[in-house]
Amino acid sequence: MTATVLTGIDLERAYGKTPALRGVSCAVRAGEIVAITGPSGSGKSTLLLCLAGVLVPDAGTVTYDGRRIDQLPEGERSRLRRTELGVLFQFGQLIPELPVAENVALPLLLSGARRKAALATATEWLDRFGVADLAARYPGELSGGQKQRASVARALVTDPRVLFADEPTGALDSLAGEQLLTQLTRVARENGTAVLIVTHEAQVAAYAQREIALWDGAVVDDGLTDAPTAGARRGSRLAVDDAPQPVATFDDSDAPSIEPGKG
Amino acid sequence: MSTPQVLLALLSAGARHGYDLKRAYDVRFPKARPLAFGQVYSTLERLTRDGLATEAGVERVDGPDRTVFAITDAGRESLRDWLDVVEPPTPHVTNALFTKVVAALLVDESPDGLAVTYLRAQRRAHLARMRDFTQVKTADGVSVGEVLAADYALAHLDADLRWIDLTLSRISALRQEVLA
Repeated sequence: MTATVLTGIDLERAYGKTPALRGVSCAVRAGEIVAITGPSGSGKSTLLLCLAGVLVPDAGTVTYDGRRIDQLPEGERSRLRRTELGVLFQFGQLIPELPVAENVALPLLLSGARRKAALATATEWLDRFGVADLAARYPGELSGGQKQRASVARALVTDPRVLFADEPTGALDSLAGEQLLTQLTRVARENGTAVLIVTHEAQVAAYAQREIALWDGAVVDDGLTDAPTAGARRGSRLAVDDAPQPVATFDDSDAPSIEPGKG
Repeated sequence: MSTPQVLLALLSAGARHGYDLKRAYDVRFPKARPLAFGQVYSTLERLTRDGLATEAGVERVDGPDRTVFAITDAGRESLRDWLDVVEPPTPHVTNALFTKVVAALLVDESPDGLAVTYLRAQRRAHLARMRDFTQVKTADGVSVGEVLAADYALAHLDADLRWIDLTLSRISALRQEVLA
C-alpha cells in the first residue's frame, strides 16, 4: 500500500452561518488521482481549498506529509503552495503582461531560482504539455486549451507532490478538456504526483482512479469502503453483480430500452 | 421489467388482492410497460408457489371473491437481495433503475434509506464503468474508431449518471409521491 500523503480529519468550515463542510474526513495516497465530486454547494471546492492550505478550516485537521498544515501561518502555507503543493483553477490565471514561459517559470523565480535555469525548466514543462512552441507568446494570444495547458505546466513546474485542480476543464470544450486531462493524468503518473480534481462532471471524474463524492458538506462515498453511505446508519449489503467489461461497442441492441414517452 | 419484485414491493406496503395490485402498479409506474391482469395473477401464483407470498384471506366487496395476498419473510428477504444489487452499468438502464428506486422507497420509507443507498451504489458502478472506457480511449496506440466507440458509451453512461444525480436531488419529492 502506498503511503498517505495528505489527510483531512473531521473538517468543518462555514461561510457566515452557512456550513460548507460538516465533518469531512478523507485521505489521499502518494501519486493517486482522486476526483472530488458533488452538486453545486456540496462543499467540494471548500474541501479542496482547505486541503491545499488556502482556506483555514473552522475545525478539524489537515496533515500533509506527516505535518499539520492547517495551523501554519499564512506565510508558511503560501511557501508550501509554491513548492510542494500546486494549485490550478478553472481559469488558469496567467499574468497577461508576461510571456508564457515567464508565467510558467514564476513559481521557481519566486522561490529564488536563477532566471535562466527557471526558464529552461519552464520550457521543459511546456514541452511535456505540447505547447513549447508558445513559450514566447503572451497569454492573450493563446486559445483556452493552450492557456490551460500552460497553467497546468505552471502548477507542476515546482514538481509538487500534490496538485489541486478546481474544475480544470470548466472553461474548455470537450475535446480540449479531454486533451488536458489525458496529458495531466499521464504526467502525474510519470512523476508520482497526487492529483485532486474538483468536478461536477462524471466524464472528468472518470479520469481519476477514485471518487470522493460529497453531498451537503459530507462524504457519501469515498471509493474505499465497500459501499457508499446514504447517511442512514444501517449496515449495507450492496454488491455489484457484474464485472465491468471495458469493451466499447455501438451495438446496444441487447440493452434494456428506456421509453420515457410511452405509457 | 422485474414483475415479481415489483409486485413484492407493492405487497410490502400491505396485503392486497390482484386487482388492487394492478391498479397500484399503474399509479406507481405510469410510464412503464402496462402490466396485464393475467400477468399479475400468474406472477402471484408463482410467488405463492415459491413461498415469497402467501394467500392471506378472501375479500368480497359487491363483486366476486378476491384472494388477498401478503408478502412472506422469505419474500422480504428476496426483495432486499434484489434491491442490494446494482444494475449492470450498461447504457439505457434508466427504466430498470427507476423501478428499483420506487421499489426501494416502498420497502424502506426512511428519508435517507435504501433508495438513496441504492442510487449511490449504482452511481459508483456507472462511474467505474466510465473509468474503464476512459482508460480504453486514452491508452497508447488506440485507434480513432475505438476512441469514438468509447466516446459513445461514455456519453450514454454519463446521461444515465446525470439521471441518477437528479433522482438523488428529487428523492424526497418522489418519496412523498410514492408514499402518498
